[in-house]
Amino acid sequence: MATATAEPTALGRGSMTPLPYRVVRTRRENHDNWTLELEPVGEAIEPIGPGQFDMLYAFGVGEVPISTSGDPELDGRLVHTIRAVGAVTKALCAAKRGDVVGVRGPFGNRWPLAEARGLDLVLVGGGVGLPPLRPVLYNALAHRADFGRLVLLYGGRTPRDLLFARELERWRGRLDLSVHVTVDAASSDWHGRVGVVTTLIPGARFDPAEAVAFVVGPEIMMRFTARALLDRGIAPERIWISMERTMRCGVGLCGHCQLGPTLICRDGPVYRWDEIAHLLEVHEL
Amino acid sequence: MRTLDALITESPVFEGLPPEQLELIAGCASNVVFGEGDRLFREGDPADVFFLVRHGLVALDAYVPNRGQVTVETVGAGEVVGWSWLVPPYRWHFTGRAVEPVRAVQFDAVCLRGKCDDDAELCRNLLKRFSQVLVGRLQATRLQLMDVYGDSNR
Repeated sequence: MATATAEPTALGRGSMTPLPYRVVRTRRENHDNWTLELEPVGEAIEPIGPGQFDMLYAFGVGEVPISTSGDPELDGRLVHTIRAVGAVTKALCAAKRGDVVGVRGPFGNRWPLAEARGLDLVLVGGGVGLPPLRPVLYNALAHRADFGRLVLLYGGRTPRDLLFARELERWRGRLDLSVHVTVDAASSDWHGRVGVVTTLIPGARFDPAEAVAFVVGPEIMMRFTARALLDRGIAPERIWISMERTMRCGVGLCGHCQLGPTLICRDGPVYRWDEIAHLLEVHEL
Repeated sequence: MRTLDALITESPVFEGLPPEQLELIAGCASNVVFGEGDRLFREGDPADVFFLVRHGLVALDAYVPNRGQVTVETVGAGEVVGWSWLVPPYRWHFTGRAVEPVRAVQFDAVCLRGKCDDDAELCRNLLKRFSQVLVGRLQATRLQLMDVYGDSNR
């Protein structure tokens, strides 16, 4: 199942064999997330776009799919934000400046930014769902006049789990971007909102009749968020989500990321809500 | 500056009520202001008021031994704080604290309960609207309990 208007891309060099990339910068985002900036040692993969992912290879440990979290207009350098949860991601997060990792990609389709032009753009990120949305935000801010209201709704587990804290502060200071952050749990020294990310939707300022929403987060969060966006009045064909399943090959051969008739690495990860929602209700998938 | 009547009429929770009922509700309302850190109400106290937040953020706190005050939810502009006034024994279940300066409409719940006793239609309409608030909070709390960001890499 290929989505109607998400932007597919052809496979290029570096789709089957990892190309060596050097870690040129690492940044600790919070207690368990790091951002790596990578530059090619020799040959480079094709440019990666908002919504796409690379397979990052920690040599001798393994390979994992990680979405791009960088500015799509910065040439050459790959930016990936990684949560240290398993052996591979822990090895990647432990990488130091000068280390070399393998990169295959880019894989998957892109966020349909063209669909959002002229409309209000609502970005809803939950947990580590914010990094795949950051390139969209960079793009929208770089082409601000192309969009109506720009709204970022971000929910985290606790204040210490929030990502890109300094950037969130900077974005909050902009007059042409509306940023709302909430956490699921906090002590009383937290001065922000407490509650799930869906609670931000009723009060957010956008015109539901003229809005497009991009949503990333755990599947259950995306389901609840989509319902809240529908309740607010956004049309189902204007809600897009980014799916995640266990991805291995990245090129639609191994079938690990199959969800019913679709292979997420090849046809996704970005799907239109009305095209994917029925599959999310099938427990066996 | 908008009048108390206008603030109540425009709020989502009272939107669409007949003018005579809005008038009855407004008769039990007043404007209030709280400074940062001020307590709006305390857990266990009689729930004889509720609030419609106009500006600012209210935290609902619970005291947890060895952890101190834990915020379970915040309520912002346009939202209602308090449903304990609807259900006996009419006591607050959490402590309400102004996270930042808060402007709100305060409703005298004793006054409103009295009017509800005399006006079944008003009572029905209020219960209908507050049920929606309660269901929304319940669904949000269920999602909160799932701790959806706990194990996922997203």
